[in-house]
Amino acid sequence: MKIILTFILAVIVCFNSGLSQIAVKGETIYTMSGDPIEKGVVLINKGKIEKVGRQSDVQIPEGYEIVEGKVITPGFIDARTVVGLSGIYNYRHDQDQLEKSDAIQPELRAVDAYNKDEKLVDFLLSLGITTIHTGHGPGALASGQTMIAKTYSESYNDYVVDSLTMIAFTLGNTVRSNYTKPGTRSKGVAMLRSEFLKAQEYLKKQNSKDEKERPKRDLKLETLSKVLNGDVRALFTVNRAVDIMAALRLADEFGFKPVLDGVAEGYLLLDELKVRKLEIIIHPTMVRTYGDTKNASLETPKTFYEAGIPFSLQSGYESYVPKTRVVLFEAAIAHSYGLPFNEALASITINPAKLLGIDESVGSLEEGKFADIVVFDGNPFEYTSHVCKVIVKGKIVKDECF
Amino acid sequence: MILRTILSIILLAAINATAQKEATALINAKVFPVNSEPIENGALVIQNGKIIFVGKADELKGSFENIIDVSGKVILPGLVDTHSHIGEGDGGDRSSTTHPDVRILDAIDPNSDTFKKAIAGGITTVNVMPGSGHLMSGQTVYLKLRSNSKTIEDMLFCEDPLNDICGGLKMANGTNSLREPPFTGTRGKSAAVIRQLFIKAVEYKNQIDRAAGDPEKMPARNIEMEALLEVLDGRRIVQHHTHRADDIITVIRLSKEFGFKVVLHHVSEGWKVAEEIAEANVPCSIIMIDSPGGKLEAVNLIYKTGAVLEEAGVDVAYHTDDGITDSRFFLRSAAFGVRAGMSYNKSIEALTLAGARMLGLEDRVGSLEKGKDADFIILSGDPLSLYTRVEQTWVEGEKVFDINDLESRKYSLGGYEVYRGDYQYLHNCGGEE
Repeated sequence: MKIILTFILAVIVCFNSGLSQIAVKGETIYTMSGDPIEKGVVLINKGKIEKVGRQSDVQIPEGYEIVEGKVITPGFIDARTVVGLSGIYNYRHDQDQLEKSDAIQPELRAVDAYNKDEKLVDFLLSLGITTIHTGHGPGALASGQTMIAKTYSESYNDYVVDSLTMIAFTLGNTVRSNYTKPGTRSKGVAMLRSEFLKAQEYLKKQNSKDEKERPKRDLKLETLSKVLNGDVRALFTVNRAVDIMAALRLADEFGFKPVLDGVAEGYLLLDELKVRKLEIIIHPTMVRTYGDTKNASLETPKTFYEAGIPFSLQSGYESYVPKTRVVLFEAAIAHSYGLPFNEALASITINPAKLLGIDESVGSLEEGKFADIVVFDGNPFEYTSHVCKVIVKGKIVKDECF
Repeated sequence: MILRTILSIILLAAINATAQKEATALINAKVFPVNSEPIENGALVIQNGKIIFVGKADELKGSFENIIDVSGKVILPGLVDTHSHIGEGDGGDRSSTTHPDVRILDAIDPNSDTFKKAIAGGITTVNVMPGSGHLMSGQTVYLKLRSNSKTIEDMLFCEDPLNDICGGLKMANGTNSLREPPFTGTRGKSAAVIRQLFIKAVEYKNQIDRAAGDPEKMPARNIEMEALLEVLDGRRIVQHHTHRADDIITVIRLSKEFGFKVVLHHVSEGWKVAEEIAEANVPCSIIMIDSPGGKLEAVNLIYKTGAVLEEAGVDVAYHTDDGITDSRFFLRSAAFGVRAGMSYNKSIEALTLAGARMLGLEDRVGSLEKGKDADFIILSGDPLSLYTRVEQTWVEGEKVFDINDLESRKYSLGGYEVYRGDYQYLHNCGGEE
């Protein structure tokens, strides 16, 4: 018995040590904390970044596996997707991003529906997306909760970074196309106000000193009260200017600070957005120009940048073919339409890391952070470049140029 | 001598009397004729809507009234989109699963902003198709995106929509067309319905042959049969939506049985049966999209389909399938093809000449050759680079898009109230891709 245990232990140790010491050398390393490093190297030890610097300054210890590439970036973070809940087949059984039985269901947990083995999750990983903020989709007044996951996992215990990240709300035409109630914009806002009022009451009773006064547990109101007391952020998918303003009005009335998602007509409200210092996830740059995003502009990322409003980019939700977008490509298009290179990279690395509150561990190549790294054979944004290696927590998980 | 000069003056005056009569030379660009190797410091000369010279700029003889120096730019033939749903038209409706009689040209809005998006993306020739929600959803139309087209007649490739063949025939198999009765619910039934229809068309053809021109013996006119007759005669090409490997092989089987000319569209699993496609000598129009899936039969769609087909010797073109991908990003398809192993030149050809061949229009468009239509685009750089913009689009010698013109530019970028945005093809009834 003891021998077997020792053997297993030895295998585990070998497994870990065999994969965890890597030196990633690149002609250019975009660390996303400070200037790019020419002829740089990233040392990885035990899944974390041990050192980052110029090859001339950093001694590569003996026994480190050498990985080389033209351009090195942090693993990408998709600030808003539904992948894992929304699957590749697009049949009812793999579409869990939107529950249509009621327009307000914030209690639906993302972790109860996320399929870590979903093919699209692995597809995103092969293009360097190592962390996703995924969960319930746009399309309901309150569709449910979101979570943060790693796109690479080896068990059911290792992929959840955060199980309750935000509550997803939507205002606009997409809601009325999914539900008979609400049938108009104003009704949708009124319905949400009523629920938030109930949640206010719920919260008040919950904090009551008299135990008898406290309410019976109600998952919906419990979830909404977390938004009211600031425990969980409200993510509002709002694309038309009228919907953006309605979301801000709601937020003002109930005293929370929303994260804005989509914001296709945000260029009409730059001052308002800037003054409020809101967190923003802009729609996929190549979003289809119909419905609520009919007025989307390819220059929105550039416009926001020039206005001094920070933002992240996202893959969003796709109802058909292609079944998901890829933030790497969305950032590329944003870059080619005027967003500076570094800002485009930031919109899928350090910006979403900060937005999601995970910048202590991911989003840039800095000592002590997880070694989530992408190795390219050229400019990461050029269509004809390839992702040649993807490293997650110090392990090479994709090893073929794609 | 004097007489000659006077004559030339008169002649010149006559030429100048009508628009576009004088030649325009675009010089010093890198020119991709596509049917031959790219030309550094090239020149393209156009006159009367046609190309009159393609070659090195320093081989250009004579002087020209209009010389446009496009140093540092790249000139490609106008892009040919073999499969698109721009124009807000529709096709076969819910009354039946076969509509060989239905013409999409009767339903297209020439003022649709989707055409403006297409020229912003460098597309000059487009095959507008009805959807793939039915086995045979109708006749497609080949359009030229000419400036100031007020009517569909202004955009047609064909001269006379009452007598000419103005497009292909859209067919589909696989899951899109599978529906509740009275539609077909299985693949076997789908193939049987199509076979029965073609057998009927063959009988119709035989009746006409037997009549030998005697009006008394001719069968009654039947516009369904007339369209299928054109298909059987090889004058109307079947443009066939198909994804899964076995569905692809079914299309080939049917085309052999009835001898019709066919182009395979989408071909998501073409990489699995590339040898079979090559052996049947059937061309493929493929779509490059960001991710696989969205429906069962597109789950195995991969970036390298074009490369695998090219390797097997299959003629490959790209299409936008707009609204599935946006016409403004059509060049991106070729870049993704190269990313996944397709050769550079074949990938450029797949945006232009290969598509023209698949529509049977290669005599007029698809390459920059003397005598062909003066359809071309001016790019800011390498056609396959992220940083490259379509700066100008020309159709038959007229500039229809210029990125420096604010009115044009807005259709390239989008923004407030630029597009109507009330049109979304993929959710239309029977309009699934």
